[in-house]
Amino acid sequence: MNLSNLSNLSVGLSTYLLVGAMLFCLGLYGVFAKKNMIAILMSIELMLNAVNINFVAFNRFLWNQKVDVHYILTGHVAALFVIIVAAAEVAVGLALVIAVYRNRQSTNVDELNWLKW
Amino acid sequence: MGTVVFFIFAILSIAAAWGVVTSKNIMHSALYLALSFLGVAVLYILMNADYLAAVQLLIYTGGIAIMVLFAIMLTLRGEVSESNPENSIWGWGALISTLLFITIAFVVLTNADWRILPTPWTSGGSATDISLLLLTKFMVPFEAAAVLLTVAIVGAVILAKGVKESK
Repeated sequence: MNLSNLSNLSVGLSTYLLVGAMLFCLGLYGVFAKKNMIAILMSIELMLNAVNINFVAFNRFLWNQKVDVHYILTGHVAALFVIIVAAAEVAVGLALVIAVYRNRQSTNVDELNWLKW
Repeated sequence: MGTVVFFIFAILSIAAAWGVVTSKNIMHSALYLALSFLGVAVLYILMNADYLAAVQLLIYTGGIAIMVLFAIMLTLRGEVSESNPENSIWGWGALISTLLFITIAFVVLTNADWRILPTPWTSGGSATDISLLLLTKFMVPFEAAAVLLTVAIVGAVILAKGVKESK
């Protein structure tokens, strides 16, 4: 790319994919590095969001007239199902956090070693 | 115009995601999470997914982020400014995520098939178009999702509230 192209830098599919990849990797880092259970749940939400960006971006950019008109929004529907599953997951996940907190007075995953001896 | 809006909100949502995973205060993490969801909703609008943008704002920013805030307030102990620490192997996590990002970026940037610009969009994305798809081609997964949500709500209430032992 030469410098004259920079003034009309356009947003293509790969730009969206890079945004999705960045969000996904930040979420992955959060899952690996955080001690608090709720922080891990939040990082999982970030990762699901990144996947949704990819679904919608592929649906938007790989679209053409040859696709059957009944399937043209399939990426949107897939993203919608991901959102539904994320809502169910976070509801059950937070309920589990509260149940664990009631028993152990802690949300630190390093202390959840009941099955280890 | 669209390019400027895209970069503003893409950088906003990535910076907010960075705040989620690096903030030491878990309250701030949750608020950054809502900000990140908001940036992603604007990206959906730029990709002509109006209905998904509305769903993103209603469910993620309005529902999930607030539920996370409530769960944090219910389980907070000790000093709030140190409520979100890193564990001892965070360096490995950073290494693995960085390597994964470099790999994905390499694949995305070298794949010529994906170096495409948007063609004019004429196929909708409103609630009407998606509901037509949901109630015909994807009816069985749609009903399954309804069952899943009901089971998840009942399960969440039972897990959080506990069940009284009956004689």
